[in-house]
Amino acid sequence: MSDNPKPKRRRRAGSDLALALQVIILIAAVIFALFPVVWVLSAALNPSQSMSSQSVIPPLPETRIVTADAPGALLRIAAREGARVERSAELILLVEIEGEEKELRAPKNGYVQNIRISEGEGFAAGDPLYDIASSYLINFDTLFNTPRKPFVRWLWNSSVIATVTTILVVFITSLSAYSFSRFRFSGRRSLMLLILLVQVFPNLLAMVAIFLMLQQIGRHVPFFGLNTTGGLILVYVGGAMGINIWLMKGFFDSVPRDIDESALVDGATHWQTFWRLIFPLVRPVLVVVGILSFVGVFNEFVLARVLLRDKDSWTLMVGLWGYISDNFARDWGIFAAGAIIGAIPTLIIYLTLQDQIVGGLTQGAVKG
Amino acid sequence: MTFASSGDTRRNTAFGLGLILRLGAVYLGLIVVDALALFLIYAFVLDGVWELAITVALITLMINVIYLRRGLYAQRWIAPALALMCLMVVFPMVYTVYVSFTNYGDGNLLTKQQVINLLAQDTYLPEGGEVFGWDLYQNDAGDYALWLTDEAEGDAYFFATLGAMAPVTGVAAGADLPERYQGYRRLSRGESLRASGAAQDLVFGADSSPIGIASRRQAGEFAQRYVYQPDEDAVLDRESGALFCATYGVGKDESGAQQKTGQFVSDAGDTLRTGFIAGVGFQNYLRFLTSPAIGGPLARIFLWTVGFALASVVSTFTLGLLFALLLQNSRIPFRKAFRTLLIVPYAIPALISVAIWKGMLNPNLGVISNAIAAFGLEPPPFFIDPGWAKFGILLINLWLGYPYFMLVCSGALAAIPADMYEAAEVDGANWRQKFFGLTLPMLLVAVGPLLIASFTYNFNNFVIVEAYDEGGPPMVEAGTIPAGHTDILISWAFRLAFGGGRGADFGLASAITIVIFLLVAAVTLMQFRLTKGWEETSQNV
Repeated sequence: MSDNPKPKRRRRAGSDLALALQVIILIAAVIFALFPVVWVLSAALNPSQSMSSQSVIPPLPETRIVTADAPGALLRIAAREGARVERSAELILLVEIEGEEKELRAPKNGYVQNIRISEGEGFAAGDPLYDIASSYLINFDTLFNTPRKPFVRWLWNSSVIATVTTILVVFITSLSAYSFSRFRFSGRRSLMLLILLVQVFPNLLAMVAIFLMLQQIGRHVPFFGLNTTGGLILVYVGGAMGINIWLMKGFFDSVPRDIDESALVDGATHWQTFWRLIFPLVRPVLVVVGILSFVGVFNEFVLARVLLRDKDSWTLMVGLWGYISDNFARDWGIFAAGAIIGAIPTLIIYLTLQDQIVGGLTQGAVKG
Repeated sequence: MTFASSGDTRRNTAFGLGLILRLGAVYLGLIVVDALALFLIYAFVLDGVWELAITVALITLMINVIYLRRGLYAQRWIAPALALMCLMVVFPMVYTVYVSFTNYGDGNLLTKQQVINLLAQDTYLPEGGEVFGWDLYQNDAGDYALWLTDEAEGDAYFFATLGAMAPVTGVAAGADLPERYQGYRRLSRGESLRASGAAQDLVFGADSSPIGIASRRQAGEFAQRYVYQPDEDAVLDRESGALFCATYGVGKDESGAQQKTGQFVSDAGDTLRTGFIAGVGFQNYLRFLTSPAIGGPLARIFLWTVGFALASVVSTFTLGLLFALLLQNSRIPFRKAFRTLLIVPYAIPALISVAIWKGMLNPNLGVISNAIAAFGLEPPPFFIDPGWAKFGILLINLWLGYPYFMLVCSGALAAIPADMYEAAEVDGANWRQKFFGLTLPMLLVAVGPLLIASFTYNFNNFVIVEAYDEGGPPMVEAGTIPAGHTDILISWAFRLAFGGGRGADFGLASAITIVIFLLVAAVTLMQFRLTKGWEETSQNV
């Protein structure tokens, strides 16, 4: 731009410095962004239930074989063998005796770590039955093998609820969006505005009403009652209508009218036009709406906590919260392990589809 | 060109099998929906939940009108969404409005009729009533029965099971009691004594003349204790003779204390154990303004809610924009990798993120506090000091929220035409002029509505407040009303409604919800005006 080469070179040198500075800022930003993630990985791999560890990769206790003939003796022996003080949480020992899993609680200042009896071995006095937690994966092991806290069940519940909700939301809202985008009828503007305003009602407190309603419905149609997957899906789908209708309408508006007009002239019905023509055309953005909806439902916590009472009907987030909300038995390591598994679906979706999601988020705002 | 919604002529001419099938499917679906709805309405009416019966009836009516009336073709596409919204959003909303005008809460959980029905179950043993001697029997199922001996009538026997009583046949007056009678076994004296505690709570005989155990020797005919007098709208306690009048409305008694509403109160000032739901007018709303116990925390919580939402938007937007600008520079190595890593916080469920941060900030054990302590400094009291708690929550929200604005700003920056920058450079603008004169204004046009949306989102960002410390540390000055220094309006309302030692106060919580709704709706309307959306919709009509 300038014909004078001298200032140009000076500018280059300055911009090299600026570039270095920028990279340094970005590296600092990445550290800020990833530090909690590293910490949670570390906590998940830490066999002790502490929520702090001095090193990122926690030290692994030596494997020891201890002998005991009763759970009570196990406690004493484990206390003697695995001499390591835990300040934080109460410890839970899982003991399998003849196939039956029993839970023991260690005293708060106990010297004990997670202990599992190796599976498949018989129980007899004097046998070397117990090996003290000796694996980085002990938290994952506990997570999947605690009948009192059915993690796999929670994962399944969350997946089912999120999947069914997403399919219903995408289908029902795309019908409405098609109508709002393609038909002109009286009251259309006011209806859209009404939907938008109703949507911002903080439904947290409407929970009293939702709770009572599900309770009543459940008395006659148990499938949609409290504590059921069906009931929660109904609540989620109903609550997701407004915002998604708006989002979808934006997408439908971006499809040129000529396409469906020519189809209609050729004698296609509106349904055929919608289902065979428009729906496939907007499928990429429908996928984005679906993903946002799936992630939102998968991670929803407040409604699920109130409406699901039974441990077996809990979703992943409700269950995970249970690991750390208990004031007396916070299982940070297990929570961290569960958090990693719970975050993986969202993480994969967001990182692989980041460009599409940006498009979905900024639709309507940036294009204006 | 736009389509006429009514009576699309093309459909009528294209009459064929497809149309018949389609219409058949619609009518079949309608019949199924109607049948289910009628069943629900019937069941709700029987249960006495009128509000739900009416809601379902209105929704069903709406669906039927839309699908059966000609000229509502466009609405048919919207009907499923509308029905779901009415049931799951509009009904709870209307219900919340209703609750905000009542005293619904702990101590006032039932309707007046329910309370009257409940009280009607209370019985007492009137003086001068019929008295029997009793012996206890029990069958194999564990049910008890009473052998009643009417001493006044010369040892006539009655046998009273749960729900029925009949004179004994086949046993002469004055004879020994049989060991077994009608499948019931007579309990020995010791067994009777042990079981009498449980049996004492049971009411034998028919509902019209209930019999109960009054003492170790006597059983008697109980009478209904509380009788509702519709004329006086009061409940008469037949045991003491006191009249408990129903109280409604708002007001203060002579001592200046808030008058109890929705209670049965006697002249002596005693209240019956259960209150009922009563309308209290605008009392819940007025309590904001008049009650110092609420007004104090309310003002501070409102200020913090606005401050929290504003600070969150400004901080996340600033940091997101900074990163987006840095990532725009094509000379940065590993740009894509940097961007991907910086999105990570956005992809982790908020609940999990807050829990992780909470663990890291823990003053005793948290890794951040330990790191600070390692430098010989005192770790900040993130969960004790109000200022630090607010700082902590904003820090976490910054971490959670900046990737969103980073993504959005990246998109918006890319949309700014490059020739505008070239023109600016030709004019000799420096980077500051370019940024504030060109980039920021262009960006704000695009991102402005999202900033407002983010503000309203954070205004009601319940999860982060609840997960951080349930609103804590508590406001000591707040006294009996539970409130915390990091509480925002919605979390405070939640605490009033569902928790706290003081018990649930759904009425006040609902009133707060309505106020929040009005505030957020106003902001949303403003955003709507700002967005092109309104004009776009208007032009197309």
